[in-house]
Amino acid sequence: MNSFAGSDLLLQITYLIAAVLFILSLKLMSSPKTARQGVWAGELGMLLAIIGTLLHHGIVDYRWIAIGLVLGSIIGVPLGLVHMTAVPQRTALSHAFGALCVTLVGTSEFYLRAPNVPPFMMAVLSAEVILGSLTFTGSLMAAGKLEEVLPQRPITYKGQNFVNLSVLCLAILGAVVLILHPEQMHLFPAILGISLLFGVLMIVPIGGADMPTVMSLLNSYAGLSAAAMGFVLDSKLLIIAGALDGASGFILSVNMSKAMNRSFSNVLFGAFGQEQAAKGADGQEAKPVKSATPEEAAAILAAASKVVIVPGYGMAVAQAQHKVRELYDALTKRGVDLKFGIHPVAGRMPGHMNVLLAEADIPYDKLLDMEDVNPEFPQTDVALVIGANDVTNPAARNDPGSPIHGMPILDVDKARTVMVIKRGMSPGFAGIDNPLYYLDRTLMLFGDAKSFVGDIVRELGGGHS
Amino acid sequence: MVQSDLLTDLYVFILAAFIGFEVIRRVSPLLHTPLMSLTNALDAIAVVGAIILAGEGKSFLATILGTIAIVAATCNIVGGFLITDRMLRMFKTSRPTKS
Repeated sequence: MNSFAGSDLLLQITYLIAAVLFILSLKLMSSPKTARQGVWAGELGMLLAIIGTLLHHGIVDYRWIAIGLVLGSIIGVPLGLVHMTAVPQRTALSHAFGALCVTLVGTSEFYLRAPNVPPFMMAVLSAEVILGSLTFTGSLMAAGKLEEVLPQRPITYKGQNFVNLSVLCLAILGAVVLILHPEQMHLFPAILGISLLFGVLMIVPIGGADMPTVMSLLNSYAGLSAAAMGFVLDSKLLIIAGALDGASGFILSVNMSKAMNRSFSNVLFGAFGQEQAAKGADGQEAKPVKSATPEEAAAILAAASKVVIVPGYGMAVAQAQHKVRELYDALTKRGVDLKFGIHPVAGRMPGHMNVLLAEADIPYDKLLDMEDVNPEFPQTDVALVIGANDVTNPAARNDPGSPIHGMPILDVDKARTVMVIKRGMSPGFAGIDNPLYYLDRTLMLFGDAKSFVGDIVRELGGGHS
Repeated sequence: MVQSDLLTDLYVFILAAFIGFEVIRRVSPLLHTPLMSLTNALDAIAVVGAIILAGEGKSFLATILGTIAIVAATCNIVGGFLITDRMLRMFKTSRPTKS
């Protein structure tokens, strides 16, 4: 490579500046105050890198590039304008697009270079294609499940982990043979196909509550595949971007697996899904629960001085966040100290609840993490649970026999009164009964989250004027 | 590619991963969703490789695959930055205004 030609040096410097801007961009993301500047830094870096590349001397034909850029922008804009509840599936789809790009470039590079590929190059090329293609189909599957085009119910069968692991090993074995015998070019499409299949198999056993972990994991894979592509193309900028994305996905995966009390190796091998299906669902319907009407709930809330709302995915499904905002307004006006306690795995991707509540104009300093909100529950008059279940289950803390024992939860049962808005007594995602509902201090508010919160707000408004 | 180039690349990868850990650990869980969409958009810098592939005209296959790759990556760049900014604009604090 003649990397010291004048224009090439300039291009390399442009890439260096872009890399610095990317790191700066993530650094600025640490606080909501500077986060938007972070996006601008990222955009500037991206723009510089693309313009620099377009001026690259090796490019002889701009027609296809122009078509690609225009078409990509046309598809990209609506994907950037989706509703906030659809952000998880949009993100899954973008993981798929990123992985598709990486896989296609890897495939082309293979056919341009083969069979004269040195072992190390073949190793990174294989890593690029394996990671890229399994992330592609895996993310498409995840997006399909989130968008509910595919059945959300996890599909499990005996020996599933063994089958999945064997399929992955097969792809890796193919890659090893290819590294040793680069002339065996027919192996390449096989590796590609097996990895695509693995991506599908990996997501088959995944249910809704596992989505935050899976999303983080796919994020990490997408980053690593891009970094592998950087090795293939000897592009340090791409290596850096891929490493940053990989690290980000890795940190989020670790966070999510901790929040679900799963070992990280368990997550790494995609061996999640639910082994504990439908335990405790055998006819214990007889236990008495106390229920309350919107009027009673409103009266209790109005008399409280400190309230914590615990939102879960059920709130998003019911599109109740704007009604929750009205409740926030009504109670704050009465001088009630109202905060939100958000579990790391609430929603369908990390941070999903925060975005939904921010969209409903709830100030972010009222949104507390699990560690920050848990010490506050003993002084809390009312904990109002909206559409969350397993993350409030005290069995995780005090029943060693429970399948979710050890999972960190929000200690809502320590509040003086607990109110739970729920459609009915059906168990949560994990199929586990929640002892919280049978406590003396717990009131069940049966109904649709949106209309129930709306009713409470009306009661509060009526009492006020 | 020369062996030393690969080694340099490996250094870059490892150092960047460390920077990534240190920087991203500091991101509040509040912003984890925008963080994911932002890193995803940055990841789409892969478009650079796709542009060269589609523009060099080395083979018909490379041109076509490169063009599709450009479409996919551009989608992520445009959509990713757009939605990240939309999300971040929504995060407001109550402190300066509330009494």
